[in-house]
Amino acid sequence: MQISLFITCFNDTLFPETGKAMVHLLERLGHAVDFSFEQTCCGQMHYNSGYHEEAIPMLKRFVEVFGDAEYVVAPSASCVAVVKEFYPIIAEKTEDPALIKVVKELIPKVFELSQFLVEELELEDVGAYYPHRVTYHPTCHSLRMLHVGDAPLKLLRNVKGLELVELPGALECCGFGGTFAIKNADTSIAMLSDKMAHINDTGAEVCSSIDNSCLMHIGGGLSRQRSGVKPVHLAEILASTEEGA
Amino acid sequence: MSEAKNQILNRIKTALDEIPEEERPEDISVSRTYHQKGKLSEEKRVNLFVERAGEYQATVKRVKKKGIKGAISEACKRQKITKVAIPTGFNKSWLPDFLQPQFDSVDTRLSHNKLDQMDGVISTCALAVAQTGTIILDAGAGQGRRVLSLLPDYHLCIIREDQIVELVPEGFAQIEEEVKKEGRPITFISGPSATSDIELSRVEGVHGPRRLDILVVG
Amino acid sequence: MSKKSIQHTPTFEETANAYLTNSQLRRNLGHATHTIRNKRTKIVGEMPDWEHLREAGNKLKKRVMRHLGSYLLQLEESVEKAGGTVHWARDAEEANRIIVDLVKQQEAEEVVKVKSITTDEIKLNEALKKEGIQALETDLAELIVQLAEDEPSHILVPAIHKNRAEIRDLFQEKLNNKELSDRPEDLAEAARLYLRKKFLSARVGISGANFGVAETGTVAVVESEGNGRMCTTLPETLITVMGIEKIIPTWQDFEVFMQLLPRSSTAERMNPYNSFWTGVTPGDGPQEFHLVLLDNGRTNVLADEVGRQTLNCIRCSACLNVCPVYERTGGHAYHSVYPGPIGAILTPQLKGLEDDGAASLPYASSLCGACYEVCPVKIDIPKVLVHLRGKIVDEKKRNGSIKQRLNPEHVGMKWMARVFQNSKKYERAQKIARSGQWLFVKDGTISKLPGQLSGWSAMRDLKPIPDQTFRGWWRTRNE
Repeated sequence: MQISLFITCFNDTLFPETGKAMVHLLERLGHAVDFSFEQTCCGQMHYNSGYHEEAIPMLKRFVEVFGDAEYVVAPSASCVAVVKEFYPIIAEKTEDPALIKVVKELIPKVFELSQFLVEELELEDVGAYYPHRVTYHPTCHSLRMLHVGDAPLKLLRNVKGLELVELPGALECCGFGGTFAIKNADTSIAMLSDKMAHINDTGAEVCSSIDNSCLMHIGGGLSRQRSGVKPVHLAEILASTEEGA
Repeated sequence: MSEAKNQILNRIKTALDEIPEEERPEDISVSRTYHQKGKLSEEKRVNLFVERAGEYQATVKRVKKKGIKGAISEACKRQKITKVAIPTGFNKSWLPDFLQPQFDSVDTRLSHNKLDQMDGVISTCALAVAQTGTIILDAGAGQGRRVLSLLPDYHLCIIREDQIVELVPEGFAQIEEEVKKEGRPITFISGPSATSDIELSRVEGVHGPRRLDILVVG
Repeated sequence: MSKKSIQHTPTFEETANAYLTNSQLRRNLGHATHTIRNKRTKIVGEMPDWEHLREAGNKLKKRVMRHLGSYLLQLEESVEKAGGTVHWARDAEEANRIIVDLVKQQEAEEVVKVKSITTDEIKLNEALKKEGIQALETDLAELIVQLAEDEPSHILVPAIHKNRAEIRDLFQEKLNNKELSDRPEDLAEAARLYLRKKFLSARVGISGANFGVAETGTVAVVESEGNGRMCTTLPETLITVMGIEKIIPTWQDFEVFMQLLPRSSTAERMNPYNSFWTGVTPGDGPQEFHLVLLDNGRTNVLADEVGRQTLNCIRCSACLNVCPVYERTGGHAYHSVYPGPIGAILTPQLKGLEDDGAASLPYASSLCGACYEVCPVKIDIPKVLVHLRGKIVDEKKRNGSIKQRLNPEHVGMKWMARVFQNSKKYERAQKIARSGQWLFVKDGTISKLPGQLSGWSAMRDLKPIPDQTFRGWWRTRNE
């Protein structure tokens, strides 16, 4: 398959390793990948914070960049959720029938990575090797908007050498919520504290997730705590093999 | 039309001005695909009712018709009830002799204070819902004015097996006509009075009858 | 609605910390919400047709809202045909005036009340007090809150922030019961005896309404303790205050809402008592019934096509019980009778966005979506939150003060929007951020950030921006 990479501004700038891992993984599975330099940002932060007008050009750019793609895959449930759930709403506001149509046609081709692997490629074993004790935090966007279900867990269960430990209170929000983490820092930290307590209780070395936004927040707290737990995106685990990542 | 009414209706009209003139309420379709009719046999329904009502800390007993008087006697003795309020239309032959019944009727209404001094009230019901263990009163014969089943601290309710329906929708459906025709006041009772306010510990009984006994007659 | 000068109710951000640090509140509320949450999951799990009920509930409320005018007229006609009187109140002041006049007509100095958030919203008790009328709360928790001269902190369990020792002390003092223990059963018994005297002598009862049926004129009150039945049956005069959104079209529609509500609120198959009365019944209960229909900002909510669904709310509080924010801050942090997720969308729409505190509420959420999952009438709370944020930003752009427009977040958002429109600008911004960060990087990590960003670094480290971006890597890879 020809897969167009939607790396996300966040991963591009702060977590390039996740993007690289996704490339290695998809190529290992025999697919061709392309990356357009014209992509910038899906508009999630602006849209969720109320800057709806500003999100429109970002939507238009996204549609222009990815309109002709066969498959668009991103290592980010929250960004894909914005595209699938909010782009139709934003497009409606512009009252531009051509744009509305093009958005409608594009959406079924956009996937979050784990959903793409399990639901589209029907793969649960991607031939990965990662000999560590790992716990998985399902993010709110993946659970409640994209409904990825347990696709990430299915993938993790098939990673050789990986000891998967269930996270207590997994369904509870970690407290990131985008600008919420700064605007309502006190509450965000209170939520994070409980999430970290659960993670530490599992005795895991690694906390994994399919959103680096949540991982940045969780990892930031774990680092400050000197807890010794590492945040690692699912793509990086799946890209890891016995020969090295 | 009052000024307030006029203004509120105008505000509503303005608020909804994007809605087409021709749209009627029924144009917003509502699929009633939830369960509206039960599937259980009468025996299973009765068992379910007994189980569910019992979970609310009500004492539920099944008796045969000829055993009603004996069952009422047993219940009242157990609960130490002698002064009971009896609604209009209640079958007096069911009442054991040791009880001191006060009959409520249109001519002799029991006052609130009098009712407050009663040990209990015995009534029948309009129907019952098995799924939720609910008794439905419609102020009809044998049930009386609402206050009768409210003030005394003990309520003994006699239900016939054939009065038990399975689901909540069936309960509402059965009393629909009398509400529409007569505006009858309806009371649903699902267990004795309860509260769980203080630190969420469930405490039985605050204002309504704190003890509820149910006899299911087959 | 009269144009009020800009108010400063405290914002959520300003007050949250005081509640987050209240350890008793955290324990009580954490325990309560998790307990009810799990009970709810279990009891809803019994219902294979739950999603069908939710869908029907949502559609029925949609039908009502889109035709609210005609349903209100139908309700008025039905109630009056059944012997009741209907009054219309545009706002809180008008509603209170109507009620005060009705109580004065009965020459009553004390009235008994069933818990009704609507009456809290309009501050009825204070209005009555000003006229020398004592309104006695009869719900155990509301009684506690009233005797303590406090405010409720949860829709369903208003006194959850008080423990039994505090309540015992309160009752010993206010109910004149010196020997009282702090066992819940004893506290409940003390309240019962005190209130029974009041019930037997009260001539006027005041209630809210869970539902009002347009077709038949029936009003419903859903409760557990029995004080609702007391207040709506014993007095000669009954006054019911009902928000105009509480209408359901027909009697049959009870079959939907009376299944959704008990399981969503107290996590029971059915709550102990439900009263359904239609106007006046000769010889049974109050012989005078007054229904006060209340607007007080609801028509503003109605006017917003996206916000309109907020009016579907049947006040079950399921959203409060699953909200990770509410469970940690409690209701007082929202400075509104409507707290939690539903409060975060209802309060700003009722009060207006000019109120700072109300305008902070749509941001008091991480948009996790747990509320939407449990809402029995499928209010898409996250969607409405984001929609309200949009309105707040638009308002800032149009009418914001200089201070607001120069706010770093506002400036930053607009700058970033420009950057994201052009890949060259975007790549340049990436370079700038990378080179600018050296000020903050120490030992390979960023643990102190300036200005508004200090909220992050208060408790979290930040990994520095790597030297090579993904696209930088991709570029070299393909050369």
